[in-house]
Amino acid sequence: MAFEPKRPQKTYTYDDVRLFTDEELKNYTAEEEKNFKIKHDIPLLEKLESGPWPSFVADAKRYALRRRKLGEEGKLLISPDVVEDLLGQVELSFVHGETHWKHGGIVGVIGYGGGVIGRYSDLAAKYPGVAHFHTVRVAQVPSKFYNTAFLRGLADLWEYRGSGMLNLHGSTGDIILLGTFTEQLEPLFQELTQVLDVDLGGSGSNLRTPECCLGKARCQYALYDTQEMCYEMTMHYQDELHRPAFPYKFKFKFDGCPNGCVASIARADLSFIGTWCDDIRIDQDAVQGYINGEFPPGGGSHSGKDWGKFDIYAEVIDRCPTGCMSLEGGELVIDNPNCTRCMHCINTMPRALRPGVETGVSLLFGAKAPILEGAQMSVLVIPFMKAEPPYDNVKEMINKMFEWWMDEGKNRERLGETIQRVGLQRFCDIMGLPPAPQMVKEPRTNPYIFWKEEDVPGGFERDINDYRSRHAR
Amino acid sequence: MALSKDRLGRFNPDKHMEGRVTDIGPRHYWQFFPPVIQNNYGKWAYHEILEPGVLVHVSETGDKAFTVRCGGMRFMTVDFVRELCDIADRFSDGYVRFTTRNNIEFIVDSLEKVEALKAELAKHTFAIGGSLKFPVGGTGAGVTNIVHTQGFIHCHTAAVDASSMVKALMDGLFEHFTSMDLPAQVRVSMACCLNMCGAVHCSDIALLGYHRKPPAIDHEVLHKICEIPLAIASCPTAAISPAKTEDGLKTVKLKVERCMFCGNCYTMCPALPLADGQGDCVVMMAGGKVSNRISMPTFSKVVIPYLPNNHPLFPEVVEATKQVLNAYAADARKYERIGDWAQRIGWEKFFEKCNLPFTEHLIDDYRLAYDTYRTSTQFKYTEAAWAVTRAAEGEE
Repeated sequence: MAFEPKRPQKTYTYDDVRLFTDEELKNYTAEEEKNFKIKHDIPLLEKLESGPWPSFVADAKRYALRRRKLGEEGKLLISPDVVEDLLGQVELSFVHGETHWKHGGIVGVIGYGGGVIGRYSDLAAKYPGVAHFHTVRVAQVPSKFYNTAFLRGLADLWEYRGSGMLNLHGSTGDIILLGTFTEQLEPLFQELTQVLDVDLGGSGSNLRTPECCLGKARCQYALYDTQEMCYEMTMHYQDELHRPAFPYKFKFKFDGCPNGCVASIARADLSFIGTWCDDIRIDQDAVQGYINGEFPPGGGSHSGKDWGKFDIYAEVIDRCPTGCMSLEGGELVIDNPNCTRCMHCINTMPRALRPGVETGVSLLFGAKAPILEGAQMSVLVIPFMKAEPPYDNVKEMINKMFEWWMDEGKNRERLGETIQRVGLQRFCDIMGLPPAPQMVKEPRTNPYIFWKEEDVPGGFERDINDYRSRHAR
Repeated sequence: MALSKDRLGRFNPDKHMEGRVTDIGPRHYWQFFPPVIQNNYGKWAYHEILEPGVLVHVSETGDKAFTVRCGGMRFMTVDFVRELCDIADRFSDGYVRFTTRNNIEFIVDSLEKVEALKAELAKHTFAIGGSLKFPVGGTGAGVTNIVHTQGFIHCHTAAVDASSMVKALMDGLFEHFTSMDLPAQVRVSMACCLNMCGAVHCSDIALLGYHRKPPAIDHEVLHKICEIPLAIASCPTAAISPAKTEDGLKTVKLKVERCMFCGNCYTMCPALPLADGQGDCVVMMAGGKVSNRISMPTFSKVVIPYLPNNHPLFPEVVEATKQVLNAYAADARKYERIGDWAQRIGWEKFFEKCNLPFTEHLIDDYRLAYDTYRTSTQFKYTEAAWAVTRAAEGEE
């Protein structure tokens, strides 16, 4: 498997980078944990401490204890009260039913225009520990595999220079370090890049940190190398990621197959979804295995309820959205040219059916959440493209699109909205692509075609006298 | 090279470009793969879910990767991170991964290691309250972890808190996290305002914080902190126009009947806050999905226009979610997602079976609304249809 990082990768153990000793890491007893009271009353939050699901309140309270003790020893650069003050402010937010974070705050690191989101409390006098509560987005490893050396190093750094509270992960995919003061932003950045060997993610009107599914690492359906492509595109577009120059945010997401586990079709301005263009591979013996009940359908995904004996007609053949499957002489037959690769038969009989071997990606453009004028999903624009390193063909398409969007897009207009404003045909024209019925669910129902002058014999210049020579007023 | 303990670390404010490293991007993924993943990269043949939360992936080489999936809090502390690292160091060779839906996965290469890992995970509970730290589940035809946004933990536009609602909801749906007894997977998502960081608009069940009062106008500072033309242009319904206060300060005025409470103006102008504890609420949407399986990806539809923002346990939200889930579980066919089910039985039947009132708020009146109106005589009779008949005096 091709393994070519774009730069030498640092390897380190936790001992190489650590800030805290073992004693400092285990600085409280179970007894102290049980008896610990934080400095604010939080009766509403405490209602979230029971129940089976992991309790973020219990976690935060426990951590507040550790922080208070470290603070007393002068071992933290940010207020030891930050967790207690956060819980206090959230409690008051519950009472008010309103958030207590102020709007905005332009902070960041030198040379970057994104990666840090400024945040200030509107109750700074009452909760001074969260007076500043800036977020730092750190680029996640594509598909979010980690070793403990990296996570422990990050934990030490963030405990020392920040609140010690974080998200694994934020909605876009980054590691989100929640809450530090302005003074520590620059030092944090330098420790991240120079010691932990990792960069900030995107925020603002730039390329957001690209995200991919786990792909070939642990999935038989990966139709291209999602990690590799995600990594390559992330590295190639570092400038776009760190220095906002776009009309608005822009997201790449990489789904390995049409199952869409990273939801690229709903969330990404440019969605890469793996597909194939040859025949589904069939293992007829395994098909019989499913029919005979030797293998659980769906890899056992429905085993919690008795759905009866597997019925290949009811569960697969009759559920095929294109009706392109049949059983002939005991053999499963697929009319491949009429298959739309929805994955249902493959998902249901994973041992018997596998996608084809001629694989590539579909490129879909324009998804976004509702702000401003309603949600949009990505539109299929390029049905099939080979996706092999160094992905020059794909980069060429992306560059064309960026150049046009930066020129044509209005302030705070997502790509999908620009496409909606100018029309899909204009977008295809810019991209140098011919129109295709695959791009639409159905042709237009109105005939309001914006004919161009060159389309019509004689052009648009009219002579009213000529017209009147045939028609009286 | 160790992390620095100096107050400003490696940053020299007088020479801020000194030693600076930029644009290095993320870590490369390969070194973070456990050996069984490295050795079988791209060679996986098939997988099976052995029990809720435990998967086996079988390689063409014959190797097997066993995954134990645990529900996770996306908001956590470094203490929690270290605890999961301790488990990973002892049981999965120091490797751990996170899923798109904030689950935590430990990958090992034998069934014996799975059993040891599961036994260990079950021991980890919080000293306060006793919640599990690593509940195993979230696979197959069940409810997996709820993706969500920041809420009151960090966001300035939140209409409702997120972490608390998700905790309360996952407690309520826990039996579906640890089992696989639904017709198909149910993806629940939560966003604390219409910005929908994380895009919950294509989920089987989506819960959305929503403002219901127009912005309050802070006339005193608006002219100082806002670009007035930008604030005006930000409004998709042209409800905002320029104005002057009695004291002659430049400001804006609102046509409140045009406001759809999207909050875009507040994003552009901090002097136009929408948050209001009395007015803010939760909207439930249902029937969306991103997968292409059988049917095409679809948007979620609004099915409950208002649920109270009852922090921190949100009993009405939990009840309503169970109501929809139970109706779906009882009636849908195998492999049918909530949206597929609603589509097959008809949305009128969806409201009847879920016992949800259909109110005027559920009929679209924004752009392209007409596309959602029914232009056919094909409908099914439910009580709602007879209410129309009676109102029209169409029967005795």
